[in-house]
Amino acid sequence: MATHTGGLTEARPAIRTSGLVRRFGDRDVLKNLDLTVPQGEFTALLGRSGSGKSTLLRAVARLDHTVEGSGELSVPDRVSLSFQDSRLLPWLRVLDNVVLGLRGPGARERGLTALAEVGLEGRDRSWPHELSGGEQQRAALARALVRDPELLLADEPFGALDALTRIRMHDLLRELYERHRPAVLLVTHDVDEAVELADRVLVLEDGLISVDLRIDLPSPRSRREPRFQEYRDTLLAALGVAQP
Amino acid sequence: MTDLLAKARTADTETVTPQPGGPRNTEGTARVSKGTRRRLGPGRALPFGRLIGPALLVLAWWAASASGHLDPRILSSPGTVLATAGDLVATGRLQDNVLISLQRAGLGLFFGVTAGVILAVAAGLSRGGEYLLDGPLQIKRAIPSLAMLPLLILWLGIGEQMKVTVIALGVAVNMYINTYASLTGIDSRYVELAEGLDLNRATFIRKVVVPGSLPGFFVGLRLGVTSSWLGLIVVEQINATSGIGYMMFQAQQYAQSDVIIVGLVAYVIFGFASDAAVRAVERKALSWRRTLAG
Repeated sequence: MATHTGGLTEARPAIRTSGLVRRFGDRDVLKNLDLTVPQGEFTALLGRSGSGKSTLLRAVARLDHTVEGSGELSVPDRVSLSFQDSRLLPWLRVLDNVVLGLRGPGARERGLTALAEVGLEGRDRSWPHELSGGEQQRAALARALVRDPELLLADEPFGALDALTRIRMHDLLRELYERHRPAVLLVTHDVDEAVELADRVLVLEDGLISVDLRIDLPSPRSRREPRFQEYRDTLLAALGVAQP
Repeated sequence: MTDLLAKARTADTETVTPQPGGPRNTEGTARVSKGTRRRLGPGRALPFGRLIGPALLVLAWWAASASGHLDPRILSSPGTVLATAGDLVATGRLQDNVLISLQRAGLGLFFGVTAGVILAVAAGLSRGGEYLLDGPLQIKRAIPSLAMLPLLILWLGIGEQMKVTVIALGVAVNMYINTYASLTGIDSRYVELAEGLDLNRATFIRKVVVPGSLPGFFVGLRLGVTSSWLGLIVVEQINATSGIGYMMFQAQQYAQSDVIIVGLVAYVIFGFASDAAVRAVERKALSWRRTLAG
């Protein structure tokens, strides 16, 4: 269905799709979608419910075995996924969850380093249910990072967290991104989150990208800055939310 | 900022301070209730409290025998049963029979568990396996395994082979049904995770399928152990010349209720011990689970 080639040259983008179509029954959820995400770029994908955000993400993750579709897709070899739920296996301890699927010597050391990076030092022997919701999502982030991804696909990773934990996770994700520089495709429904984290925000509407907005704000970003509000209003308007 | 926070804190403590003399209850019906609320649950548990029932039962049996209300031809007294047990052990008859019974049950359990698990994995992990295996096994489930006895005797005769096969059949069906249900019930999100992490099939089975289906495996194992004792009792009636069941049916011919009781007690001990062993292993293997039972 999809062609897949590894990153051979530096210039190759992290994601390139052309004419991507995904169909559920009679409904085309993605309609000839073209998208290019360069290496190391942090892109956020916004869209109303049912706009096809998750369909696009699952297509890029090559997890849509049963979905009908066509088009070309090229992604790197090392792709990491993170989901709205932390999806830690309850029967594996935290470290075993982080290094799951990692092969070769030094896997455990790499896992411990990744845990330390997300602030979970010393929790490697814990069971997932012993962690708080935020800590579970941190462990999931460590699991995504330990594979040294060229592309990180995140499907509303902070959607299930409380507001305070979410703020901390935003800082952590941005910090980890600055350090490791993978290309990121973050699916979210939170406009503020998109403007705060991403360098480029896409709006998906009816299976096509309707807005492609570059966010040019200094880091660290402040929500009180006037231009933050401008980006926010533009995106909300694109999403069809009227502003008073 | 800090100034604001400090002020907020002071204001906080002021509002929290209760006003002396203020009305405590607007309805004016303030009542000081004593102690805690009425308890609706069963209350605190006594240690070994569950042994009280069986102990009373033995006590009543002993009292009825001692006072002559219980005819020894109906039921021997506890003393006689103990003495008989001593005799049976001294002559070696009990040990020999127990050993052969344990061997039959153990072999049946081993083959049954192995077959049930292999079938469950084959049916649970491939569509081909599911289409070929699940139907016949669900049909087999509807046939009580002891109803297969006439056919099995016809095929295998009345030797050890038949006995072990009957026990294994009952165990295998229990193992299959429960392991398969648990295996196919593994959260599809975990399968997606495994795909996302590019796990190979062997790692997927080892890290996701096996641990994920262990709860059902243990349910099947406990039922299987019980069914192996049941099968054992039945097969030891059929032209057997050894085993606890044989010993008890011999005793029935000679109206030796004491020997029958010794056999029953042996079954009780095996039943409890095997179930406790399975539960202990289960607790260890499923220690990651956080359940109602704790």
